[in-house]
Amino acid sequence: MKAIDFDYARPETVEEALELLDRGDIAARPVAGAQSLGPMLNLRLAQPDLLVDITGIAELRGIRIDGDAIAIGACVTHATLEDGRYNDATRGVLPGVAGGIAYRAVRNRGTIGGSLAHADPAADWVATLTALGAEVVVAGRGGRRSVPVADFVLGVFETDLQPGEIIVEIRVPALSERARWGYYKVCRKAGEFSHATGAVLVDPARGVRRAVIAAASGRPIVIEDAEVIQGGGCRPERIAGILADTPLAGNAFEINTHTVALKRAIAQVTA
Amino acid sequence: MTHARTITLTVNGRSVTATVEPRLHLADFLRERQLLTATHLGCEQGVCGACTILIDGEPARSCITFAVACEGRSVTTVEGLDDDPVAAQLREAFMEEHGLQCGFCTPGMLVSARDVVLRRPEADAERIRLEMSGNLCRCTGYVGIVNAIRRVLDARKAAE
Repeated sequence: MKAIDFDYARPETVEEALELLDRGDIAARPVAGAQSLGPMLNLRLAQPDLLVDITGIAELRGIRIDGDAIAIGACVTHATLEDGRYNDATRGVLPGVAGGIAYRAVRNRGTIGGSLAHADPAADWVATLTALGAEVVVAGRGGRRSVPVADFVLGVFETDLQPGEIIVEIRVPALSERARWGYYKVCRKAGEFSHATGAVLVDPARGVRRAVIAAASGRPIVIEDAEVIQGGGCRPERIAGILADTPLAGNAFEINTHTVALKRAIAQVTA
Repeated sequence: MTHARTITLTVNGRSVTATVEPRLHLADFLRERQLLTATHLGCEQGVCGACTILIDGEPARSCITFAVACEGRSVTTVEGLDDDPVAAQLREAFMEEHGLQCGFCTPGMLVSARDVVLRRPEADAERIRLEMSGNLCRCTGYVGIVNAIRRVLDARKAAE
């Protein structure tokens, strides 16, 4: 199918973009790589009046070290993060996760900010950035604000982004030298969306021990239960309790799949 | 054409100026407006890989990239790879190894395979399968395609 007739603008500054998006009379949507919105447009699941292409804004395409964080522009592609030609304060986590997203042709266009704004529960960045304790910087006409990713993703395709706002940057805390990372997703085919994702970060020097269950039909679930994170407590009975408030509650197959994903992520950390 | 825009881009080395609707995706622009029909449309939702082309030398799905977003970019289709040495090796290897039957997926396969050869020169069969997993074929069973890419990688290593 073909997309409906929409208008298109390609501003060069954040301010111009926000002005274009601040329209009460029409449905205006920001777009970057269009790797999620493109299919939605072709399937007519999305029918905007105006697309505001933010990939022409130089400020959104940079990666820099800022204090004890790596600040990644919203329009940085997965392929750029995969190739690792930047000062990677996450010690390999970003390139490793980026390289497993969909396929190279998609990674060349798709962006970290777009993925987060789309908020597919199975998306790699939704799970990873939550586990890394990242923050998302959002710009609106009233100014900029910073939100932890864990609070930013509210549900299935649902975020804290308000009408007219765009993501400008993602700030990921630097990992210390002895930090350990584990990440596992259950996919039947390479590159497809995950059926169950487990992510674990153990960074004792910063006092961080965090596990995340994602692709669970809702927002990512942050686990701080030490017994689960060290592996012994990562059992279906315990995971069933953690998933009790999700649509997966009582579904033994889903509970087992998520237990396995998390267990395999934990195994990478404890290996 | 309510929201028509005039764009200028390079297509297979030639500068092209055209007036397009923003909703026109790049694959339709190439096929219907430039009459470059080697780029095939399978799923039109970024899954099958048949429409994979190069934008500024990098593989991309032309069905979920809008032509209007390619202002100033350089687009290369399989027709534009006639004189490309890696593509030439791949075409021959695809024939030798029976890397195609109906040929529908082949243009996208060649573009992705070329990327694997250039970006992953050390790839083994497993890595090739992983890298090529975004291109679907519904008749070869992939064995011939993987063997063709291996043949090119081996030949290039031997020539070093």
